[in-house]
Amino acid sequence: MKVTLRIQRYNPEKDAEPYYQEFKIEAGDDKVRILDLLHVVKWEHDGTLTFRRSCAHGVCGSDGIRINGRNRLACSTLLRDVNYKKPIVIEPLPSMAIIKDLVVDMSDFYRKYEAVKPYLVNDSPLPEHERLQSNEDAEKLFESAKCILCACCTTSCPSSWSDPNYVGPAALLKAYRFTFDTRDEAGDDRLDVIDTPDGTWRCHTIFNCVEACPKEINITWHISQLKKRLAQREM
Amino acid sequence: MVKHQYDAIIVGAGGAGLRAALEIPEGFSCAVLSKVFPTRSHTGAAQGGIGAALGNEEEDSWEWHMFDTVKGSDYLGDQDAIEIMTKDAIRAIIELEHMGMPFSRTPEGKIAQRKFGGHTKPENPSDPDSKRIAVKRSCYSADRTGHVMLHTLYENCIKQKVHFYSEFFVTDLIMSGNVCAGVVAIEIATSEVHVFHAKAVMLATGGYGRIYRITSNAHVGTGDGFAHVYNNGLPLQDMEFVQFHPTGLWKLGILISEAARGEGGILLNSKGERFMERYAPTVKDLAPRDMVSRAILTEIREGRGIKGSDGTYYVNLDLTHLPKEVIDDKLPEITGFARTYLGVEPTKEPIPIQPTAHYAMGGIPTTPDAEVTKDKKKTVIPGLYAAGEAACVSVHGGNRLGTNSLLDLIVFGRRGGKAIAKFIAGAEFAPLPGDAADKTISKIDRVQNSTGSEKPGSLRTEMQEKMMEKVGIFRNEKDLTEMTSEIKNLRDRYQKIAIDDKGKIFNTDMMEAIELGNLIDTAEAITHSALARQESRGAHSREDYPNRDDKKWLKHTLIYKTDGEPKLDYKPVSITRFQPKERKY
Repeated sequence: MKVTLRIQRYNPEKDAEPYYQEFKIEAGDDKVRILDLLHVVKWEHDGTLTFRRSCAHGVCGSDGIRINGRNRLACSTLLRDVNYKKPIVIEPLPSMAIIKDLVVDMSDFYRKYEAVKPYLVNDSPLPEHERLQSNEDAEKLFESAKCILCACCTTSCPSSWSDPNYVGPAALLKAYRFTFDTRDEAGDDRLDVIDTPDGTWRCHTIFNCVEACPKEINITWHISQLKKRLAQREM
Repeated sequence: MVKHQYDAIIVGAGGAGLRAALEIPEGFSCAVLSKVFPTRSHTGAAQGGIGAALGNEEEDSWEWHMFDTVKGSDYLGDQDAIEIMTKDAIRAIIELEHMGMPFSRTPEGKIAQRKFGGHTKPENPSDPDSKRIAVKRSCYSADRTGHVMLHTLYENCIKQKVHFYSEFFVTDLIMSGNVCAGVVAIEIATSEVHVFHAKAVMLATGGYGRIYRITSNAHVGTGDGFAHVYNNGLPLQDMEFVQFHPTGLWKLGILISEAARGEGGILLNSKGERFMERYAPTVKDLAPRDMVSRAILTEIREGRGIKGSDGTYYVNLDLTHLPKEVIDDKLPEITGFARTYLGVEPTKEPIPIQPTAHYAMGGIPTTPDAEVTKDKKKTVIPGLYAAGEAACVSVHGGNRLGTNSLLDLIVFGRRGGKAIAKFIAGAEFAPLPGDAADKTISKIDRVQNSTGSEKPGSLRTEMQEKMMEKVGIFRNEKDLTEMTSEIKNLRDRYQKIAIDDKGKIFNTDMMEAIELGNLIDTAEAITHSALARQESRGAHSREDYPNRDDKKWLKHTLIYKTDGEPKLDYKPVSITRFQPKERKY
């Protein structure tokens, strides 16, 4: 079965601007991953095609790309998940500077993640054993802790597109992960970072992040919990 | 060329590298180099848990954990190191919790634990010789234990302001006489060569799964650290011991955690028989991985496999009898994989699985303080350390038990970090050789300017197919001998590879070509070590030598690269508490 990939190419050493190139390739069946098809192009047709990837099953977060206009992971999207009767459009994640082909500059994304103090703060004396936490409280963190930092959410967010200073959904999700951890004592130190016009309040509940998240995390709900916490703090 | 100087350089940002970095005190300079952004490291793919005798769910003891690990290793693991690991496990898990790792919890709010392959306790705790039954020893966070552990360690590195060079691909060690003086790396974004002069270097570079066609390993698992050591005339240890995880998704090799069986899943053949009852009557489906993988292959060879649409065979992993909340709460990720990749609904139908290349028991020989050793007398190379899957301490011997790899990372990553901290406080910088970067520069030049006809992609695929066929679960002299000539052939053809991408910016074409060289070196070490070991022990199963032979082979293999055939040597196993016995479950 032949399919056509229409891939956005850009090599700053040669190209003035990005362009599209089509590759008609043999796919085998419709259960192959889009990542497998990118490998077919790279390994059999054109070694210059450049993309990031590592685990190939949706846990490392390296291969966030845009497939037919949707932010997805190349390794957890199968051919049968897209309309392959027409050329499949493959582009880098939007709104980030392109380094080459599908590789984007993630440094701003990581900087914003680091800004929300993405670690447990607890300066109380350590118990000899583990801190106790109910399974119910632990499970409140699990959905947010699934995040793989692929940037599919943040780069799908219109608020992020219009406000380059907005920390974005991924960083806010991480802020939730620690703010709602019963073991965390950062309190106002972390909340102050996100209680700003470019922080939590820039989220306009558009839900693009939820649709984009390959780990099916309800990011908007988590941000709403942060908003609630901030409003409570105000009162 | 850019030059840097650091007291300590850590190569690799998975569990071992990150844990080590946290031990370098303020006042010393340290940088972590990783070819991917740290949270992309393969530690994140670990699923089912991390082993420690916390005794949160039922009575347990580190001595039982130690015995299981020794027995699981088929008595090839060094018992002094295993004792250190299983004792320290309890502290290490508590420490992860204190760092903020989110664990599943017991009703009392303690860290939850579950059963895992090969982890047992005496049925009658007061009689250590009584029949052994499965014990809940695996500390877990649903089935994303590695993912949350990796993130927790990285988060702590951010908190501690550890310096990272992300997307820096290390290509060589710098040896200054008998001392390690740093590493050479390519900055992937620019192809610029960087020389990192250091007092101490730790290789925490992970495994080599990509030698095989069917593997659970990430594409980045290309044996880089093994190749750096091997190419500098230093030995690799016990490379013949390759773990095939019994339950990879059919055709894809994606890992389906042993936790699936720990929670009650069972393996079925084409007749619907629970065949593990025949191979391991006491622990059945929770036998160690080497035994379960052999059992699956034996079922298929004897005609009780299930034929797939493409003519290849699999067996079934059945979870349909498990309560839905167990599947949804404790195994959400792996059941998601079955749905996404095979279109199978695990609550209603069994999951087709096959063994998948998973883990390197062998590696760079080290002391229990992660110091790399260079001979059978365990002579330490000053300034060079290794930890994690890249290292061979040896705590896993011939076969690793599930949950012991994450444990290995944090126990020996920490010990290595502490040893480095002590070393750099007293050591001077070894002189930096003027030609430190020459090998890397000529490697880049050769790969970039070659006009040969070999494509790295097809050469790699050929190697993966052949390693699968000839150096897989069952081995014999004929196949192994054939593979040694195949490797010579691959090496010759590797000299003629040519790539398409001649540019400098983010040249992954060049990077993959260099990685392929590392894979071939590692495949050579595995094949020659396997050919020499004329016995069956742990994961090394020789059809022509089906029994374990303690008289001749209760010893570690060391293999050295030479200009011709690799050179082999052997060193004794540390046996302290448990004398070798027949291994039955």
